[in-house]
Amino acid sequence: MESIFFLVVAAVAVISSILVVTCKNPINSALSLVMTFFCLATFYVMLDAPFMAATQVIVYAGAIMVLIIFVIMLLNVRVETVKRGTHAVIAGSAIGLFILFQTVWFLMKGSMTGKVGDMTKEQIVSVGHVELIGKALFTDFLLPFEVTSVLLLAAIVGAVILAKKKI
Amino acid sequence: MTWTATDIALMLGKIVLLYAIILTGAAYLVLAERRILGFIQDRIGPNRVGPLGLLQPLADVIKMLTKEDMIPTAADRLLFSLAPAMAAIPAILTFAIIPLGAPVQLFGRQVHLQIADLNVGVLFFMALSSIAVYGVALGGWASNSKYALLGSIRGLSQLISYELSMGLSLVPVVMLAKSLSLADIVNAQAEMPFIVYQPVAFAIFLVSILAECRRIPFDLPEAEGELVAGFHTEYSGMRFGLFFVGEYINIISLGSLASLFFLGGWRGPLLPPVLWFFIKVGLFSFLFIWVRGTLPRLRYDQLMHLGWKFLTPLALLNILVTGWWLALR
Repeated sequence: MESIFFLVVAAVAVISSILVVTCKNPINSALSLVMTFFCLATFYVMLDAPFMAATQVIVYAGAIMVLIIFVIMLLNVRVETVKRGTHAVIAGSAIGLFILFQTVWFLMKGSMTGKVGDMTKEQIVSVGHVELIGKALFTDFLLPFEVTSVLLLAAIVGAVILAKKKI
Repeated sequence: MTWTATDIALMLGKIVLLYAIILTGAAYLVLAERRILGFIQDRIGPNRVGPLGLLQPLADVIKMLTKEDMIPTAADRLLFSLAPAMAAIPAILTFAIIPLGAPVQLFGRQVHLQIADLNVGVLFFMALSSIAVYGVALGGWASNSKYALLGSIRGLSQLISYELSMGLSLVPVVMLAKSLSLADIVNAQAEMPFIVYQPVAFAIFLVSILAECRRIPFDLPEAEGELVAGFHTEYSGMRFGLFFVGEYINIISLGSLASLFFLGGWRGPLLPPVLWFFIKVGLFSFLFIWVRGTLPRLRYDQLMHLGWKFLTPLALLNILVTGWWLALR
């Protein structure tokens, strides 16, 4: 049951991410990307990480993509015609092949499951995913958390200064 | 947890029942709005179809369904047909996490009057309300008309702005309840509803949900005096109906959430819990209609100033004060 569900969602994810690059209309591309984010959120739910799923939807689908669509709507770009050069096709396929080779290499060489941490599925279900993340974020990872928030603050101040003509 | 056939049947039953409640509720809210607005504006309102006009929603639905469904030639056909559903689905999905009452005993089993008690309930609600933007944005864009595009651009920036203050006003509630799950938030208000501790957060939340519903005084995306009907100008028939019903479902769902977060949800003396919940939601719906009949529309710059320069800083300050209060207590 779960694997069938996974296969369906995975198929949707792959198809929609192909559509992101092949769609001629920028709005359709953006919407396919939103679809991909939804599939990712579904995977997070299946992996018992509801907090990640919710933030994925709020931040990516609900904030970043909305802003991208806003820009597309304001510029009113309809169908984009991009000229394809031979060089681009050759370079693109070379990079694609290299990445494919690399992926297959790592899959063959390394272990697929990865290391087992000290969080078990039972623990997540009994304590709650949000509680565990909150505790880890404000005790063990306090410094990275604070550094990130300072970084975001700097970005906000920078955006305000760039947008304002007179300060 | 393994699911037995009874569990699945129970879940399906709950979903079907909830659908029926929401859709009838939304249909009669439309009627209630027309009657109350009629009363406020000193006229009668629809009272011809059935006793007291009670069959009016049915007549409206038949009218909507039998009308011609027009798609403008210049429109993006796929997105134009998808957009109304994108507006209505998030509003309906919100009900999945709303507890309608205390758990009841039914045929010897404990039945929760809630479809799913999510560990991340509040975040789920925030995620859905941020998704609701797409219906407004794409409906206007796909119509390929100037009024619709202007309406949806206004709607987009308004919804993004007020989502922020709405989310921030919920942080103190989560801090007090120490949980993101809606069932826990209701249980934390067993002694005292949170409106007593958090009147400021309640006020901010109320203003923000008015803006999220795109109702007067925040109905700039559809402002009929200047934009014809805003983002749904080009829609007709049941596609327009879906936008319309989505708006009223949104009122009910946001009203339910306001009563869950601040008025203690289904908790109340004497009357049965479910009834208390419906009374509170009814009060919020009445408030929405009352505000519509009373206040004029804001100007666009006033709307943005209110959201960004007043409500958001106030909500941040409120979080700080709540934090201090919790630490010192």
